[in-house]
Amino acid sequence: MELGASGMFVPVQTVGTVLCCICGVAMAPNPANMCVRCLRSRVDITEGLPRHGAVVHCPECRSYLHPPRTWIRADLESKELLAFCLRRLKPLTRHVRLVHAEFVWTEPHSKRLRLKLRVQREALHGAILEQSHLVELTVHDQLCPACSRAQANPDQWSAAVQLRQHVSHRRTFFFLEQLILRHGAAARALRISEADRGLDFFFGSRSHAVKFVEFISGVVPVRSRSDKQLVSHDPKSNIYNYKHTFSVEICPICREDLICLPPKVAQALGNLGPLVICTKISNSVALLDPFTLRSAFLDASQYWRAPFKALLSSRQLVEYIVLDIEVESSEVTVGGSRYSLAYAQVARLSDFGKNDNIFTVRTHLGHLLNPGDYALGYDLYGANSGDLEIDLPDAVLIKKSYEEKRRNRSGKARPWKLKSLNMDVDNTSKGRADEEKRNTEYEEFLRDLEENPELRFNISLYRNKDYQPSETSEMASTAGGDDVPSVPLDELLADLELSDGEEENDDAGSMME
Amino acid sequence: MATRIQFENSCEVGVFSKLTNAYCLVAIGGSENFYSAFEAELADVIPVVKTSIAGTRIIGRLCAGNKNGLLLPHTTTDQELQHLRNSLPDQVVVQRIEERLSALGNCIACNDHVALTHPDLDRETEELIADVLGVEVFRQTIAGNILVGSYCAFSNRGGLVHPHTSIEDLDELSTLLQVPLVAGTVNRGSEVIAAGMTVNDWTAFCGSDTTATELSVVESVFKLREAQPSSIVDEMRKSLIDSYV
Repeated sequence: MELGASGMFVPVQTVGTVLCCICGVAMAPNPANMCVRCLRSRVDITEGLPRHGAVVHCPECRSYLHPPRTWIRADLESKELLAFCLRRLKPLTRHVRLVHAEFVWTEPHSKRLRLKLRVQREALHGAILEQSHLVELTVHDQLCPACSRAQANPDQWSAAVQLRQHVSHRRTFFFLEQLILRHGAAARALRISEADRGLDFFFGSRSHAVKFVEFISGVVPVRSRSDKQLVSHDPKSNIYNYKHTFSVEICPICREDLICLPPKVAQALGNLGPLVICTKISNSVALLDPFTLRSAFLDASQYWRAPFKALLSSRQLVEYIVLDIEVESSEVTVGGSRYSLAYAQVARLSDFGKNDNIFTVRTHLGHLLNPGDYALGYDLYGANSGDLEIDLPDAVLIKKSYEEKRRNRSGKARPWKLKSLNMDVDNTSKGRADEEKRNTEYEEFLRDLEENPELRFNISLYRNKDYQPSETSEMASTAGGDDVPSVPLDELLADLELSDGEEENDDAGSMME
Repeated sequence: MATRIQFENSCEVGVFSKLTNAYCLVAIGGSENFYSAFEAELADVIPVVKTSIAGTRIIGRLCAGNKNGLLLPHTTTDQELQHLRNSLPDQVVVQRIEERLSALGNCIACNDHVALTHPDLDRETEELIADVLGVEVFRQTIAGNILVGSYCAFSNRGGLVHPHTSIEDLDELSTLLQVPLVAGTVNRGSEVIAAGMTVNDWTAFCGSDTTATELSVVESVFKLREAQPSSIVDEMRKSLIDSYV
């Protein structure tokens, strides 16, 4: 006994058989009262459906044209291609319902795409028939506008970013290079070339260049302007093709620079002592007064309103030896770093042992320095104050130096290495001296990275496979009281090497475990 | 013998004619072909009467009758009533009834002993049917359709019903009507049986779209292929040649 939806008794209904009215075979009754074969032979539901079509394909970028202007990237016999073909055969769906679609394999060079579709449609008297339908699409090759432009002139750029910093060293650019590599900001650059005091990046479209400029302005304080030059002009459709140029100037203040603030700026910052040290450059400039431990931040726009230059930069650092230190105040944290005021008795290394020139200076490195340590600082002993009515200190210490200890290390190899951007270097005129200078600057940059964990924050360091720690250097480092700062190994990234065969299998095996 | 005919290019011959064992009613058509087809079969045996009902030609669907009587809707004009009374044999009682459902041919299916009616028919009408036609009346549906007069056609010897009738329904109807029933179609798959054909105990007329399969089903269920008296063997042969297979 069956209970229907309402709980009432519903008698069992077995469907009887009738004879097909055409061929007389027994069948279950359907709305047309003809067996499927007779129905199929009488009614063709694919009548009126397109059997041929044409698509346009760009052989360079392997994309297909969706008129009037969009090009869709798709591989042969992929989902995207199937969706694209069905969209082109839209008139289909007006009369029939599509149940299933798939590709029939054709040779890739045959320039034909075959689709097998299963469609459903109502035949006479309401019976729904399902039939399969073959559509053949002819592929016509035609270069898409982007590829034809690229082919005509492969070096064609339409936006350029000229990055400049008017200082005599390249520390900022080394740092920027690593940052760019890490974030892949120059992935869309067609070409990178080195210029005097800067880098040039060439992009294919203005939006890529704008994105790059915004990235740069987020990491260093910059001032930028943009210009455009008309390349071609289509008067009928009012299309103008330009070459855009962005001129980006990086602020010339770098880390560890000694700056004498112009009076206006000093006043604006609350009478910050005119001698300040730049402690950190990000998208703003961080200044620290080493004698009062006051700090200030200058935004990019603030800086460029009243730009000033550095007095002395890290090239002019001189080595001092610390004879005595008297800590004055306790350790404070200013802007994320720890400092403490102290009086230090120092002597220049060049003077040490030769004469008795000893200077007593105030320094902010009280927490780091101990008697017998080496420090780097700026020598202001013989300087004239000129227009400024302040007492110049004899020296301003900037950082602790590990030079001596470094000299003890026999091996020059480091356990880590950096990648570099591939840029077109202008090798013609400069000559050997320049190259030497570059190498020393690079070496200093690497040392900087070792000493400052916060510098390493945004940079990817890779494991140096060729590094073998030598016995002697190990012992030397453990023997010395103070460890030479080095990069902890867990900060290093394993460099991805795509060597086919054993290595990958091993990796895969270890992953599965 | 089942014959295939057309009324003015329409295959729905059951709409334009009414065939019983005692008489035959035929609609007035533009050409005489329809009428002469019936004449050729039935002239010597039963009267073939040309008429209209309520001024229309769809007489097969408006009236219901058997050898005992004929029921007409209330829309029948007096002249038509009189004409029918005059033309039909005296033992046939012609009665006009007041019934809301005026298409009596769609609502009532009957043979000489049993009638199936629309479930919503009035009680008085039911009594009238029992009186005039001399039949036992059952309210039924066929394959869920309430217009029993359209979806089935039966005579005293067999019956054809809507193709979607389930086996249980078929058994039940067969028990009620006491005749063998089969589910089938006429006019190339049309489900409206009574509109596509008209039948009595020894002959049937189907629409010209009826396929050979359907025709053979009709002939077998209504037992039209049985041996006839030899005096009309010639006519049988003529009919055979007429009907193309």
